[in-house]
Amino acid sequence: MSDSSSRSIAKVCLLAGKIMLENGAETYRVEDTMNRIATAFGLENAESYATPTGIQFSTEGEASYFRRISNRSNDLQKIADVNHISRQITAQALDVKEALLLLKGVQHSSETFPFWLQLVAAALASGSFTIMFGGMWSDLLPSAIAGAAGYAAMIWFEKLLEIRFIAEFIASFIIAVMAVLAIQYEIGVQMDKIIIGAVMPLVPGLHITNAVRDLMAGHLVSGVSKGVEACLTAFAIGAGVAVVFAFI
Amino acid sequence: MVLAQLITSFIAALGFGIIFNAPRNTLVQCGMVGMFGWIVYYILADQGMDIVPATIFGSMLVAVLSQLSAKLYKTPIIIFNVSGIIPLVPGGMAYDAMRKFVENDYYNAVQLSAKVMLLAGGIAIGLMFSEVANQLLKKTWNWLRPE
Repeated sequence: MSDSSSRSIAKVCLLAGKIMLENGAETYRVEDTMNRIATAFGLENAESYATPTGIQFSTEGEASYFRRISNRSNDLQKIADVNHISRQITAQALDVKEALLLLKGVQHSSETFPFWLQLVAAALASGSFTIMFGGMWSDLLPSAIAGAAGYAAMIWFEKLLEIRFIAEFIASFIIAVMAVLAIQYEIGVQMDKIIIGAVMPLVPGLHITNAVRDLMAGHLVSGVSKGVEACLTAFAIGAGVAVVFAFI
Repeated sequence: MVLAQLITSFIAALGFGIIFNAPRNTLVQCGMVGMFGWIVYYILADQGMDIVPATIFGSMLVAVLSQLSAKLYKTPIIIFNVSGIIPLVPGGMAYDAMRKFVENDYYNAVQLSAKVMLLAGGIAIGLMFSEVANQLLKKTWNWLRPE
């Protein structure tokens, strides 16, 4: 196998791994996918090591490659796309160049739901959670409004400040303020239920489960670091709400 | 009352599917998976079962349904898992714990935090259990099948 072709195979593997990690896939699945692609292209003894902040990939007797993962978000569409491409590669339906081109397309695609629809989804989810956790029907509306406002604030401040922790803190602060106002003006009844429902779109449910699954699959470094990320998020949300409680 | 729970948990799981940008043709399935998981939890907890085992059973069902859907639609299992377990995530209790900490009520706060950890562990155990069962079935099937 020539040097240049093994280098481009490594490129394909790294790009696939990078896209998956940046969009919230489990670490063991990332490594599995990279190894599968490498084997399908006939690269022997490929080893990959993925953590939430970086991937390493090496083949025997050659330089090892490294990619930094700097921002992480949740985009299940991209994970599904990469999975589809890796299936095609395993079925020998794609060559290295085509695969690289397709993966680059996935990386730069922004096939997300429109922002207003995300807001509506956050509002509906928040309202539903309030009912599920035993709230009254009159709490549905304030919770939905607060949930949508919190989600919008989180997205906006994350773009503005690029620090997720602060964005979550401000978002949950806004939610708590709105819940207090709703009680004050007698739109809602139970403040606790309103706040619980409204913070749910911010809660790191995906991180918590991914962390535990990674730990159980033996990926101790990824599991612990994802767990810490989840704890930080939970702390930010709790602190944002707590600040409001401290003043009332 | 159960009907209201069915509808709201469906909407909540589907909403999370949209927030996590799940593929469009899987959104309704995400909602269904979340709904079934939550309703198992809700009924079991309503019948007086402790909430930790109830969560384990709920997440087991979520995992089984996710596995089936993943096979059926040829997508990664994480798509259905993530929105499916969202209703079971102990967000409300974590919030309560945090609030008790702020109110200097450490006795209840620590108690609630421990419960949150148990529930998160329960979700993970439920998810893992079905994966293990799936592997076992597959291996036994391969072993029993006459060549």
